[in-house]
Amino acid sequence: MKTQHNKIGTETHTSAQLSSLQKSIIKAGKIIVNYVLLLLIMAIMVGPFVWLFATALKSGNENIFAYPPKFIPESPTLSNFPAALEAFPFWRYLMNSVIVAVFTVLLNIIFCSMAAYPLARMKFRGKNVIFILILSTMMIPFQLLMIPVYILALDLGLKNTYAGLILPHATTAFGVFLMRQAFLSVPHELDESARMDGANSFQIFWRVLMPLVKPSIVTLAIFTFVMAWGDFLWPLIVLDDQSMYTLPLGLQKLTGLFSSNWRIIAAGSILSVIPIMTIFIILQRYFISGATKGAIKG
Amino acid sequence: MKFKPWTPFLFLLPGCMILGAFIFYPMLQAIWLSFTDYNMIVPAPNFVGMENYEALFQDDLFWKTLTNTLIYLVCVVPALVILPIFLAILVNQKLKGIGFFRSAYYIPVVTSWVVAGIAWEWVYAENGVMNFLLQSIGIIDDPVHWLTSTNTALFAVMAVTVWKGLGYYMVIYLAGLQAIPDDLYEAATIDGASWWQKTIRITIPMLTPSIVIVSVMSSIAAMKVFEEIYIMTGGGPLNSSKTLVFFIYQEAFDKLNMGYASAAGVVLFLITLVFSIINLLIARKKEQSVA
Repeated sequence: MKTQHNKIGTETHTSAQLSSLQKSIIKAGKIIVNYVLLLLIMAIMVGPFVWLFATALKSGNENIFAYPPKFIPESPTLSNFPAALEAFPFWRYLMNSVIVAVFTVLLNIIFCSMAAYPLARMKFRGKNVIFILILSTMMIPFQLLMIPVYILALDLGLKNTYAGLILPHATTAFGVFLMRQAFLSVPHELDESARMDGANSFQIFWRVLMPLVKPSIVTLAIFTFVMAWGDFLWPLIVLDDQSMYTLPLGLQKLTGLFSSNWRIIAAGSILSVIPIMTIFIILQRYFISGATKGAIKG
Repeated sequence: MKFKPWTPFLFLLPGCMILGAFIFYPMLQAIWLSFTDYNMIVPAPNFVGMENYEALFQDDLFWKTLTNTLIYLVCVVPALVILPIFLAILVNQKLKGIGFFRSAYYIPVVTSWVVAGIAWEWVYAENGVMNFLLQSIGIIDDPVHWLTSTNTALFAVMAVTVWKGLGYYMVIYLAGLQAIPDDLYEAATIDGASWWQKTIRITIPMLTPSIVIVSVMSSIAAMKVFEEIYIMTGGGPLNSSKTLVFFIYQEAFDKLNMGYASAAGVVLFLITLVFSIINLLIARKKEQSVA
């Protein structure tokens, strides 16, 4: 009786063990399939940059047009990078890009927040009309506006200036919308008690509200920075003085001048993505949360 | 709360001045210019009525570029609506290092079009990776001149547009996925539903709001496509990859036909406006159904 019971016990134990073994095999298989897929897609997403980087590391003696293509350089060299720095005024273009991006970001933070504050926290006539008018600007494509804005920039003497690059993008409807949402979520008691203490509207805005909406300010800053940093069409139109070029435009010019020297072009491209990649790696979680908030603008 | 009657307007002033000067005023001026012969050489624009529009509708290049743009839209939008859903499902799993993959997929989004374009020109080169890969798996026999042949140029650039947009739309879907309650999947698992059934019956229907957003955003973006074309093909060969914005750009800034280019710009605006209005109608319907 006792042995029989034992026997049954062992049998059920083994079958349970088998199925749990099968289960864990299936589970491991699923994980492997997932990682294979993830790596394959990663190869597609970053592969072109890796291929460009490999080309930038190839020495002058190596045939970069070899077929089949060689991913690993025969004798890796960094000499293409100084050559690229000599081929185009990288530092000048970097400075132009930084100036344009930083001022576009700062002006957006200030102007969008200022406009959003009364829209979120004050009652006055015409508020809804103004808000709807601001939002409606999102429906107007810049590709229609670029012609009159160019004429306006000529009239105002903004051609080939930093102001000409910055001002047309100094306020965005998305930014006003984002900051209004942020101000709406702050409890009203806070500004009322501040007003009791004798603070005026500007002090409430600047000292009480702005520090409370920092996450939205970061989102707005990153959104605007990426937009200004990568902008190509407007600089292409408003700049013809090469010393004012931003990095994308300068790099585009480089490909025209050195169309046969792919090592230099590749090295120049890699150099010009370093700044934005560094910022992305440090602040990646803000980039991704910002993209989600950006979607509401659709 | 007490404040002076002009206080709200003082706060609104700087932002509204920028939007007024660089969006509202130019918008009205663009519409006015589209009825004139302005070309930057004559000092003042002359009103010419519908002449620009009449000429535009008889301009083969306008129709060619508009057709190319619509082909672009029809090919790129479905890819950008569907592929990122599966990408988002893939990176929404609890796996070690998944954050790393999410960030890696987002890299093309933050890179400028110039660098992305250069990288892909090199991939598409005659002795490049694309020809090598497709030849090794036997899809093509001879190397294809992807960017310099009239049959492939437009489609080769489309592939890059999709590649660069995937990460952005993936993140939008990811937010949508994370809002789906887990118990829906648990119940389906108990009922013995397969992965595919769960995706079709639960994930996709629950993602509908995100799908609408992505459809509208990617449609408007497709209508405005310019940078990738300018950088990779220059609109060629033989205008085979030239888009509507490229046409506007060349008419306005190469030929200085500002009035004519504005008319084409107004056409572009009207098409994108249709998408924006569809978006508004859907958003309003959703609000009503919630209320």
